[in-house]
Amino acid sequence: MSESRTTRLSAIRQIALMRLRLFYREPGAMFWTFGFPLVLSFVLGIAFRSRGPEPVVVAVEAPADVPLARAEQAHAILSAGTDVVARRMSPPDAEIALRTGKVSLVVVPTSTGYAYRFDPTRPDSRLARAVTDNLLQRADGRTDTFQPELRTVTARGARYIDFLVPGLIGFGLMSTGLWGIGFSLAEMRTKKLLKRLMATPMRRTDFLFAFLVVRAVLLLTELPPLLLFAHFVFDVRIAGSLVSLVLIALLGGLTFAVMGLLLASRAENPQVVSGLINVASFPMYLCSGVFFSSSKFPDVMQPFIRALPLTALNDALRAVMIEGASLVSVGRELAICAAWGLGCFALALRLFKWR
Amino acid sequence: MHEPELAVRCRGLVKRYADVTAVDGLDLDVRRGECFGLLGPNGAGKTTTVEILEGLLEPTSGEVEILGRRWKTDEAWLRQQLGVSLQETFLPERLTVREILALFRSLFERGRDVDSAIDLVALREKEHARYAALSGGQRQRLAVACALVGEPKLLFLDEPTTGLDPQSRRMLWEVVLAFKKQGGSVVLTTHYMDEAERLCDRVGVVDHGKMIALGTPKELIDSLGGSQIVEITLATDAEETLAAVAAALRSAPGVQHARAQVGRVVLTVTELHVALPAVLAELRTRGQDLTNLSTHHATLEDVFVTLTGRALRE
Repeated sequence: MSESRTTRLSAIRQIALMRLRLFYREPGAMFWTFGFPLVLSFVLGIAFRSRGPEPVVVAVEAPADVPLARAEQAHAILSAGTDVVARRMSPPDAEIALRTGKVSLVVVPTSTGYAYRFDPTRPDSRLARAVTDNLLQRADGRTDTFQPELRTVTARGARYIDFLVPGLIGFGLMSTGLWGIGFSLAEMRTKKLLKRLMATPMRRTDFLFAFLVVRAVLLLTELPPLLLFAHFVFDVRIAGSLVSLVLIALLGGLTFAVMGLLLASRAENPQVVSGLINVASFPMYLCSGVFFSSSKFPDVMQPFIRALPLTALNDALRAVMIEGASLVSVGRELAICAAWGLGCFALALRLFKWR
Repeated sequence: MHEPELAVRCRGLVKRYADVTAVDGLDLDVRRGECFGLLGPNGAGKTTTVEILEGLLEPTSGEVEILGRRWKTDEAWLRQQLGVSLQETFLPERLTVREILALFRSLFERGRDVDSAIDLVALREKEHARYAALSGGQRQRLAVACALVGEPKLLFLDEPTTGLDPQSRRMLWEVVLAFKKQGGSVVLTTHYMDEAERLCDRVGVVDHGKMIALGTPKELIDSLGGSQIVEITLATDAEETLAAVAAALRSAPGVQHARAQVGRVVLTVTELHVALPAVLAELRTRGQDLTNLSTHHATLEDVFVTLTGRALRE
């Protein structure tokens, strides 16, 4: 008996070694796992970096039927502060500037006051209207009824990069799980390697176990580069506990690894499994809040989006990284991930074609 | 424990797929310590048969006993006793010879160590080379080493030398003969007659999923009733003429069989010195011009052609 236990341990070790060697001897896999998330976080972090408060840009029209002085006066009022950049323009130029987004609002002097031309669906236009109106009303003699006390804050964790990094971690866990497991299993089946191994005394459970162990090990090596990079380049901090973060990543990573196992359970060649992985991952890539919040989708879609494993994983990662949440408080999200993992595993065991 | 006499025993083996019957009621006994060859053209059902014996395919019906045990009840035990080389396996390209053998060795409870397996197939120089860098012959030697690393009692080799250079083939033959010498049993498939004649104690000829002949290579050749084959090419290759000539030559002295094939007439003869003058005389009286005549000792290839009317490698 002990002989057979030693054999099994050494078999698991050898299968795991095979997986590791095949992984680190494949330069492409190394790049997509380690390099790509860094490049993506760097590019997106630069593109969406936080800037200081920006002034709104408005045009002041000088219509023919109103004295030019009225337009000059409005321009002077608006240009007095730093909140607004005002530009004098002829009506046709102002029209084009508004349409192309160069200005957010057009101020049109009238015989009795001012008209505002703007697009109320544009957030910058609504902001410009409020700011411009305020300045013009005050200059015309309106008095404020009280002086508000201003308490400004800069919340760490509110920047786009703070939102992005947990999303990239979740996305990375999904991609490496699905591709790393699914693609390599399909390749082993195509090349008859799976069949050849089934002609040895190898146990199926040992084989799958070795695959999942390697996935877990690789996943632990994938996290530090992105976290350290985000920390040193963009000052992204982890508000919650690192241990919680790692445990969530392990659960999520294994969930997607098992999903990869399911997707590869029948596929006779890597092309089929690529298609399946794309079909499975694309909705999550779009809806699960990798690059922007999943709450932007309509309410009717929310129950479905909430039920996706990547949404749950991203929400849990963000809660821990940004809000410092505990494992217990993201229990619902973890349960969703675990349910997907167990469901896929049960199904994969039934469907998996070994020979 | 009592050791059963047969390494392989199968009865009434049938494997049907939706549109084709690959194996059609095949019986097979392989004795312990014997090398048994399954011969047949591509698509004859050799590989399907072997994969059923290896426990990789379920037969539609029929009984299979390997080393006296059945796959359903003793799979774990059987896997430890069997060495298998599939017709086509691509081992992981980015692993080295040594790493691949270590992997296969780890899957068996007992076996030879990796170094002795490397020496067994003379891959010492390539020990640290990746699979991707090996030649066809080296890959096949590695595949056989993987099959032998668990020190099996029974070895299955599915077309072990197809497409290999003569040197690699001879090298693999030596490995198989050495395995047999140590008491191992072998089942191999091939469509090379010289391979079967060199390695196999007995051969079975398979066609359309059925065993159409069984015996030692010598028995099968002798069953032709003659030990020489004469091939005649005439100036004409008109089918009717060739058929008429073949029919006439059938009664010539010393001729056992005569068949018209595409472009030629093939005779099986017992005594060449008696048959040849008679054959030439018959051709002369029929006014047929001989363009080519060749003779050779009968081989398993001729047995197969006689049995099926087709060449083995069609």
